[in-house]
Formats: sequence, structure tokens, C-alpha cells
Amino acid sequence: MRGIPTLEVEKRLTTPRWLQFLAPFISLVLALLAIGVIFQTLGVDPLYAYGKIFQGAFGSLYGLSETVVKSIPLMLTGVGLSLAFRARFWNIGAEGQLLVGATCATGLALAYPDWPKLVLLPMMFIAGFLGGALWGLIPALLKARWRVNEVITSLMMVYIASNLVNHLVYGPWKGPEEMGFPYTSKFSDAAQLPRLAWTRIHYPTLILAFLLAVVIYILIKQTKLGYEIRVTGENPAAARYAGMSYLKTVVLVMVLSGGLAGLAGVGEVAGIHFRLRYPGGISPGYGFTAIIVAWLARLNPLGAVLTSFLLGGLLVGGDAIQISLGLPSATIFVFNGTILLFVLGGDLITRYRIRFKWRMTN
Amino acid sequence: MVQFILLALRAAIPAGTPLLFGTLGEVYAERSGVLNLGVEGLMIMGSVTAFGVAYTTGNVWLAVLLAALAGGLLALLHAFASITLKVNQVVSGLAITMIGLGVSGIMGKQYIGKPLGVGFAALEIPVLSDLPILGSLLFQFDPLVYISIFLVPVLWFVLYRTRWGLSLRSVGENPATADALGVNIVVVRYLAVFIGGLLAGMGGAYLSVVYAPSWIEGMTAGVGWIVIALTIFAMWDPLRALLGAYLFGGVRVLQYRLQPLGISPNLLAMLPFIFTILVLMASAGEAMRKRIGAPAALMQPYSRE
Repeated sequence: MRGIPTLEVEKRLTTPRWLQFLAPFISLVLALLAIGVIFQTLGVDPLYAYGKIFQGAFGSLYGLSETVVKSIPLMLTGVGLSLAFRARFWNIGAEGQLLVGATCATGLALAYPDWPKLVLLPMMFIAGFLGGALWGLIPALLKARWRVNEVITSLMMVYIASNLVNHLVYGPWKGPEEMGFPYTSKFSDAAQLPRLAWTRIHYPTLILAFLLAVVIYILIKQTKLGYEIRVTGENPAAARYAGMSYLKTVVLVMVLSGGLAGLAGVGEVAGIHFRLRYPGGISPGYGFTAIIVAWLARLNPLGAVLTSFLLGGLLVGGDAIQISLGLPSATIFVFNGTILLFVLGGDLITRYRIRFKWRMTN
Repeated sequence: MVQFILLALRAAIPAGTPLLFGTLGEVYAERSGVLNLGVEGLMIMGSVTAFGVAYTTGNVWLAVLLAALAGGLLALLHAFASITLKVNQVVSGLAITMIGLGVSGIMGKQYIGKPLGVGFAALEIPVLSDLPILGSLLFQFDPLVYISIFLVPVLWFVLYRTRWGLSLRSVGENPATADALGVNIVVVRYLAVFIGGLLAGMGGAYLSVVYAPSWIEGMTAGVGWIVIALTIFAMWDPLRALLGAYLFGGVRVLQYRLQPLGISPNLLAMLPFIFTILVLMASAGEAMRKRIGAPAALMQPYSRE
């Protein structure tokens, strides 16, 4: 007698390394399949769409260079988010921190256009970091001090930041020679980052992003502070019992996380646009896509370097299908949401084992 | 001045109605222990569905019904992820929001800029609507406003005075005990999240069919997130949800009423979001004083050990 066939889910005691490494890729493939189904349902030919995406992102040198361009803000922001999420601080507001970083850098660039390049550009990065850090600090303090839910506050700060940028580019900062567009005037040469020949790759920001990924990795893995961050995230009660200050940890994490998003904003205005524009023109939701960058990398800052290229490619490919298939810009959210959901599910295969069993019946 | 206040009140109720639908739904989901941060996505799916159905069939009631179902279906995806697969509810909710924003964008592209020829007729309550001042103030709204107000005591009663409501609350507070008493936790939670989705979908429908009859990509513009905050402000109670929704409706109205004073519209547009943060701070203080907190098992998946 064999009984009834059942699927049983049991907890794994240990996760094989290969599975840990492979799980995100399996999830990604499954997510792309699911997105194909969604596209088919909505009347978009998925094979054609995927062909266009791949071609757009990786099919030409120009496409590849654009993929790198988009991966820069994703890398900076994703690395910062992996730090925040490790402390289980749900910073959903990276988009706002990025915008404020861009705004602060712009303020400096417009006020001191004559400073020498080697002074002005570093100062812009510092201003952007501080702006992003300040924007991230507010939800951190509200959470640590009054236990206010950080998901909502950090997100509300995105709307506030985005209205602030709109206010500036439609109002006081609007460039008189921009023919009515909601842009500031173009930055002076001293406020423009150098780019690799023929591309829009502003390599100083890229190098900065690489370096910071390594720094944050070391911070998490090798320092006492990193240990405290991990304990605070995984077991807040134990952290408190061990005398770790929640306020200190959360503030530090959010200064870094917000600051890195702020740096990403500086890169966009100083390396790509050379001016502040309306919010959607500065960032097509990098702050939200970076959540997936961090999660897909399993909150590992070095992994985030890799996943930011992947999602950068998806953004470039997404632009390509918007043009060729006449899809709205929100299409990218279908990708983001579905991938996020599957990556989340993918974590399960590392923690649980699904077994086919014959259950005996009496 | 009196005129101004009355007009503002009159306008605050429709502005608060999508918030009320959404908050009532989220109260149910969270009471069962499931945090659904996907409200923004659920609402916008409701908006696009309602507009599409109303535009093609001309039937506004069918539009609201299908919008509710669209919200409910997307909510079931969150239920599956968070109840069955037990994944992180914050991230799953975010994913739901993104999927809703994206899918609605693709579905709605064909409706951009199209006017909606149909709508709800204002329902004038006999006798009462003829009262001076108060008549036009309180008794001449569209039917959905009355439905949302009617739902407040109904949902309150179900939650606090029925067996199922007791099960719902116990599942959110102490699932292990509820389980021992024979409550089917999975079924209760699925139902609560589904109800939340239905209501969020209706809130979305109100936006695209009644409040601003049109389809604009991303037209919920943060309403779904304010709902999450309102749920906390309401202390997970349907009656307080009514108060909160109209208060926030008032702030949304104020934003437009203040524009003629020459304040930048972009700065005024920050108001609801700043107000949300302030209200959350106040709620946190009140919750600490009165020792009222979120449902104890909120965000905790349940498994028998």
C-alpha cells in the first residue's frame, strides 16, 4: 500500500552553497517566465518583447554602455539598501534620498560655478551625501524615538522630495534659457563629471560605487558595527540585551543608506544631465529598482554590484520596448514587482526542501 | 468664512471616500495579522478596471463590482505569498504595489485622455436633502459615498459583535490560541486579505469613475500609502477610520483651496504627506499612552510547531 501522494515542505537544517548562489538566478528565470505570461495576457508578444529587451541592453556596444550608465545609481543605492535591510530597517524611500542628493549638489553647482573642478565636484558629492543622509535620518529618528513605522515615513519623504524638486525646477531654480522646460540652467564645466569616450559612463561615480561596495562589505562582515547591525536585524531583543543601542545603529545605517542614495543623485545631475530636471527626468525610479538589486543580491553589497548590472540592463531594455511596442513607462514596474515576488519566493528554496512523498492512510 | 468651511467640508467627504474604502479594507487585513503594503497597487488596479468597464459598457455599477474583484484578486496574490509561502510581508506588499502600477499602466494606455461619458447620479435623500445648508452639505452625494459610510458600522459590528469577527481578531492577536480553539487560521486570513482587496478596489474605482472621471497613469498618487498610515491612525478600528479618512480628505481639499493665495502648488502638494508623518507621530504617542498597539501577530506568518 503506497497511500496518497503529497508534497511536503520541510525546513532545511543547512543550505548547500551552490543552492544559495543559484537560487536568485532560478527565481529570475521563473520571474521572466511569469512576466511573459502577464505580457501575453495583456496582448503583448512576450518573445518579441524579450528579444527587444536583450537586443536593447546587450546587443550593441551603445546598449552595453547604457546598461553600465544605469547600473551606477542602482549600485550605489542598492549597496546602501542592503545595509539598511540587514538591520531590518525598511528604507523604501531611497528614491527621495537620491532626489535630495541631486538637489543639494545642484544647489552647490549653481551657486559656485567658478570654483575649480577638483574642489567643486568633491564638494558636490559631499553635499549630495549629506542631503541624502538627512532625508534618511528623519525616518530613522522617528522610528528609533517614537516607533513610527519607517515604511510609510520613508515613502512619504519621497513624495515630499519629489514635490520639492518640482517646486525648484518650475520655480526659483528654473533656468531662464531653458525655453520653458522644467530644468535648471546647465552646469558650468567645473561641475560636470568626465565620461568615458563616446559613452555617458561617468566613471568617477562608477569607481566610487565599486569602492563603497567593498567598504560596506567589509563593514558588514569584519567590523563590530557590522555585527551589531546584523544582530539588530535578526534579533532585536538580543541586541538590546547585549547593550547595543538601537538608536545608534539605526541612525548610522540610515545615514549611510541615505547618503549612498544621495551620491547616486549627484552622479545623475553631474554625470548625465548636467542640470536638475523634474523628478521623473532625474530618476526613472532607481530608488525602487534598487530594492530589487539589494534583495536579488541577498543583501550582499558585492553581490549588489553584479545585480545592478542585470537590472540596469533591464531598464535599458525596458526603454527599448517602450519605444518599439508603444508601452507606457510604468511597464518597468511589472518587471520590478514580479522579479521581487519571485526572488522572495526563491529564498524559500534555500530554507525549505519540497519533497514528494507517499503519505500512508489508515 | 462659514461658507468656506461648509464648502470645504462638502468637498472633504468625496476626497476622503477612496481613503475610507481603502482604510476599512486594510483594517480587516491587518486585524487578521497580515500587513498588506500593496494597497496602492490594489487601488490603481481598481481605478483602471473601473474606468475600462465604465468606458466600454457604460455601466458604472458593473465597473465598481469588477474593480472590487480586480483588487481582491491581486490581494489574493499577496495572501498566497504571505500566508501560504510565509515570505516577508513588507517586500511582498511592495511587489504587489509595483505589479499593480505596471499592469494598470499597460491596461490603461488606451484610455489616456478619453472622457468618461457616464457617472453616478447624486443620490438625494428625500426630505433631508431639502434642509437648508445641511441638506446640500450632507445629503446630496453619489451612492458610493453612502455605501462607504454604511460599511463603517457594518464592518465594526462584524469585527466586534460576531463570532467570525472574534475569530478574525484572535487570529491577529494570538494565532496559536485561536488554532487550539479550532479556528482555521489560513481561511480567516485569506478572507480578511481578500475583503481588504475588494474594498481597496472600490476605493480605486471611486477615484477614476467619480472623483476625477478619467484615467491617468499612476493616478492614485500615494493614496494607497496614506491608507496604510490611516490604518494606524484609526487604531485598527472602522469607526475611527471614518474620522481619519475625512480629516485627510480635508487636507487634500485644503491643498487646492490654498492655491489662489499664491503659494506654490508644488509646496502645497507636500501637505498631505507632511500631515501623514505628523499624524503618525501623534498616533504613536497616543498608542503608547493608551497602550494600544498593532495586532500582536501582525507580520508574523503562522505555522504549527
